[in-house]
Amino acid sequence: MSALSEPSDDFFASRYALFGTDLDRVLTRVLGRSVDYADLYFEYTESESASLEESMVKRASKSVSQGVGVRATAGEKTGYAYSDDITIERLADAASAARAIAEGTGSVVPARVGPARRPSRDLYPVERYAGEIPLSEKIDLLAEVDRIARAVDPRIRNVIASFSCSKKRFLVVTSEGVVVEDTQPLVRLNVACIAEEEGNRQSGSYGGGGRAGLDFVLGDRRFEFYAREAARQAVLNLSAVDAPAGTMDVVLGPGWPGILLHEAVGHGLEGDFNRKGTSAFSGRVGQKVASDLCTVVDDGTMPGRRGSINVDDEGTPSSRTVLIEKGVLRTYLQDRLNARLMKMPLTGNGRRESYGNHPMPRMTNTFMLAGDDDPAEIVRSVNKGLYAVAFGGGQVDITNGKFVFSASEAYLIENGRVTAPVKGATLIGNGPDVLTRVSRVGNDLKLDAGIGTCGKDGQSVPVGVGLPTVRIDGMTVGGTRP
Amino acid sequence: MTFDMNRAHDLLARAKRLGASAADLLFAEGEAFTASVRLGQVEKIKDAREKVVGLRIFVGRRQAMSATSDLTEASLDGLVGDTLARARVTADDPDAGLPEREDFRLDLPDLGLWEPEPVDLTLDRRIDLARETEAAALSADPRLSNSDGAEFESSSSSILFANSHGFRGEYAGTAYGLSAAPIAVENGAMQRDHWYSVKRRFALLDSPDSIGKEAARRTLRRLGARRIKTQRVPVVFDPEVSAGLIGQLAGAASGYAIYKGASFLVDRLGEEIAAPGVTIVDDGTIPAGLGSKPFDGEGLPARRTVVVENGVLKSYLLDTYSARKLSLRSTGNATRGPADAPTVSPTNFFLEAGAVSPEEIIREIQEGLYVTELIGFGVNLVNGDYSRGAAGLWISGGELAFPVEEVTIAGNLKEMFKSIGRIGSDLVFRGRIAAPTIRIDGMTVAGL
Repeated sequence: MSALSEPSDDFFASRYALFGTDLDRVLTRVLGRSVDYADLYFEYTESESASLEESMVKRASKSVSQGVGVRATAGEKTGYAYSDDITIERLADAASAARAIAEGTGSVVPARVGPARRPSRDLYPVERYAGEIPLSEKIDLLAEVDRIARAVDPRIRNVIASFSCSKKRFLVVTSEGVVVEDTQPLVRLNVACIAEEEGNRQSGSYGGGGRAGLDFVLGDRRFEFYAREAARQAVLNLSAVDAPAGTMDVVLGPGWPGILLHEAVGHGLEGDFNRKGTSAFSGRVGQKVASDLCTVVDDGTMPGRRGSINVDDEGTPSSRTVLIEKGVLRTYLQDRLNARLMKMPLTGNGRRESYGNHPMPRMTNTFMLAGDDDPAEIVRSVNKGLYAVAFGGGQVDITNGKFVFSASEAYLIENGRVTAPVKGATLIGNGPDVLTRVSRVGNDLKLDAGIGTCGKDGQSVPVGVGLPTVRIDGMTVGGTRP
Repeated sequence: MTFDMNRAHDLLARAKRLGASAADLLFAEGEAFTASVRLGQVEKIKDAREKVVGLRIFVGRRQAMSATSDLTEASLDGLVGDTLARARVTADDPDAGLPEREDFRLDLPDLGLWEPEPVDLTLDRRIDLARETEAAALSADPRLSNSDGAEFESSSSSILFANSHGFRGEYAGTAYGLSAAPIAVENGAMQRDHWYSVKRRFALLDSPDSIGKEAARRTLRRLGARRIKTQRVPVVFDPEVSAGLIGQLAGAASGYAIYKGASFLVDRLGEEIAAPGVTIVDDGTIPAGLGSKPFDGEGLPARRTVVVENGVLKSYLLDTYSARKLSLRSTGNATRGPADAPTVSPTNFFLEAGAVSPEEIIREIQEGLYVTELIGFGVNLVNGDYSRGAAGLWISGGELAFPVEEVTIAGNLKEMFKSIGRIGSDLVFRGRIAAPTIRIDGMTVAGL
C-alpha cells in the first residue's frame, strides 16, 4: 500500500478550529479502558443539481452537508454517534455515546494525532470543480441535450435531463494514527425520453459521469451521445414485442450488464456477510464458483471512474482485488472491522455514504476480465435466446443467493441472429450457480458510462461495473410469453 | 446553533429585501437511536442528531432551492444571496409559485404524532428488547441457527415551515421500531426472512415475542424452496407484497408522472382502471398514522383523498405545481426534501379491506402461487410493464403445498389492477402504505 505523503490544506482544522490536541482528547475519551479501535470522520460536502423538462430548466438546487461521526469498536461491537454540529462539545458527547457500548477487554492507547495527509496518488485531479462553474452554463448544456434528443425522432414527446455534481471533502482520524484527508468530485448527466405513438407510451434513458469536472460530460461531446441513446431507446421500445418467459440461453452485451456481477457475486463476497456466515458464498474461498473463463476483479484505483476512491472512508488506500480467478473464489472485500475479525487483509473497501453512517465493506468498480471470443460469434452461437444490452436496477438476497436484474433494452436471438426488440424483462438466477454457466467470454471488456449507485443497509455509494460480452447457458427470463 | 421561527422570519424578510418575490423555508431536526444485537450480543449502537435548513426563493416565476446543515449566521446569509442569484437564471415557468394564499389554514389538527420519550426506556431496556425479539425467533426451531440480528430503533423529528404568504407551522413526530431477521439452515441451504413492528407510540409496538415468532414462521416456511415450471396461474399477494403493488399505483398517480406523460394512468381520470371493489384512499389525517402530517411540504393542510373508488380513478395525487399543470387543485400531497422543490408522495395510502379471509382466497385456488416476497426493479410506470423476482409458496388444491423460489412473475399493471379478483379482510397498517391479501389472475410465472 502506498504511503500517504502530501500534507493537506488543513481544511477541517481551519474551518472548525479543531487541532491535533483537541482530537487527541476526543480519541482518548472514546477509547477509555476497553475499546480496541476508534475513529473520527469529518465531512463537508457541497452538491448542486439542475433539471430540465418541457424544455425548461425549472429546478436548480444547491446544498451543503457537514458533520462528524465518531466510532468505537470492541470485538464485534460498534458504537457510532454523529452530529452535524462540528464543535468540541458535540464531539465529546458523541465520543461518550460511541464508547457506551464498549465492555470488551482491550486496552489501547491512541496514537498521537499528527497533521492530516493527502493520499500520495490522486485518481481524480480536477482543475475546476463542476460546482464552481456558473449555473447558466449547465442550463445551456441541458437545453442543448433537450434539442439533440428531440431532433432524433418526432415521436419524442418529453425529455427529462438532469445534471448533478458534488464535491465531498473528508478527514479520517483513527486511533492507530491514520490522519487522511481526501476530496472526491462527482459529476453525472442523465437523460430520460418519453416516446409516444398512437397511445403507446415508452421510455428510454442513458447517462454517464465520473469523478471529474464538468469537462467529462462535455469531452468528446458525451452529452450528445447520452441524449441520442436515450431517445433511440425510447423509440425502439415503441416496437418492442412481449418478452419470452422461461429458461433460455442469454447473451449479455458489454458494459453496464456487468450489474450481473455486482448482484450475483459482488455483494455475496462482502466481508461482513461472510464473517457472519450469512452469505451464500460463506466459507467457499478456494472453491470453484464460476467457469474457468471467469476472472472477476474489484478495482478502486481506476483514474476518474465513478466507483474509484483514493482511500476508503477509513483511510485505507483503495486497491485492485481479484475476487474470482479462473473460476476459483479467492477472497472477500473488507473494511477494518471485518478484516480484523476474519484475520484477512484490508482491501480498501470500507465505505460509507456520509458522516451519518458507519463504514461497511462495499464494492468500487467491479468487472470481469476480457476473454478471447469474438462478440458477434457469441451471438451466432445461440440458437434461441435473449440478447440483453441495457439494464435498469438489480437486487440480491445475500443469504439464499437469488438475484434479479431488469433488462431495459433486449432482443430475441433466433437461429444465431438478433431479431425483434422485446419489452423489459427481469432475469433471475442464483449467485453461486450463474457464473458456472458462463460458456463464452468476449474480447470486448467495457466499463459502464458512470451511473451506478449501490444501496446496502440504507446507505448509497457510487460504484462502477464492467463486462465483456458473455453467454450464459440456461437462465430464467421473466417475460409474459410462456 | 439553534433555529426557530424568529430566525425563519428574519431569513424570509432578508430574501424579500434582496429582491425575492416569494419564498418558503423548511427547518427539519431529528434524533435517532438504534440498538442492534446479533446472536444475543450487542452488535451496534448508533446515536444520531441532524438538522437542516431548506430555502426556496422565487424571482417572479423563476425558482431556485438551497439547503445547508451549517446554521451559522454567515452561512445562512450567504445562502439567501446565492439562492436568489441562481433563481434569476432558471426558466420563467408560468405555473411556478407558492400555493394560493387562501388555501392555507392556521388551525391545524393535533394528529397525535409525537409522544415524550418513555422515562424507563434506558439503553439496557432497548438492548433487551432487541435481544428478546431475536431470542423469540431463534428459540422457535433448532434450524434457526444463525441470525442477521434484531434491532430496536427510536426516532424523533420536528419540522418548522414558513413562507412569505405568512403561513407558519410546526409539528413533531416520534417513531419506534422493533425487528428481527433470523436465518434458517437445512441441508446446507440457507433462508432469511424478517418481521417488524413500527409505531408512533412505544406502548403500541408489537411484543418482542410475537415479532420474533412471526419472523421465525416466515423464515422456516422458505426452507426447501424449489423452482417450478413456466406457466400462467392465479397469484395471491400477501399483505406486504400487496402494499408494494398499491405503492406503485401511488407512483403512477403522481401529478408529476401524469403531466410528464410518464404514467400508464395518463388521461384515465374518471375511467375504470381497476376491478370493481377496488377502493384506494390517501389519508394524511389518520391519528398517529405513520404517514400523517398536519400540513404538507408546501404548508397546505393534509386531507383524505379517494384515489380509486370501486375501480374508477377519481383523483391523482397532487401538489400545487403538478395541479396547475393539469388544471386541477392540490390534494395536499406535497413532500419536500430540504434542497429540493416540492414533489408528490402519498401520506397514508391504502387499499380498503374486502370481506373474504386470506384463507378463503387460497382455498378457492386449484394451482397458483402465493407470493411473500418480490425483489428487483422491473416495474415500468410509463407503460405498466411488470416483471419481478418472486418467492413464496405453491398453492395446490386450495392449500399451501411447498415453498417456491427463483421464479419471476410478469404482467402489466394496467391488466393486473383490473384482474384483482379477491380482496382480503386482513388490512393492517404496518407502514404508510397498506393493503390486504389480494388475488390477481392471469400473470405469467417463469421458472424452469
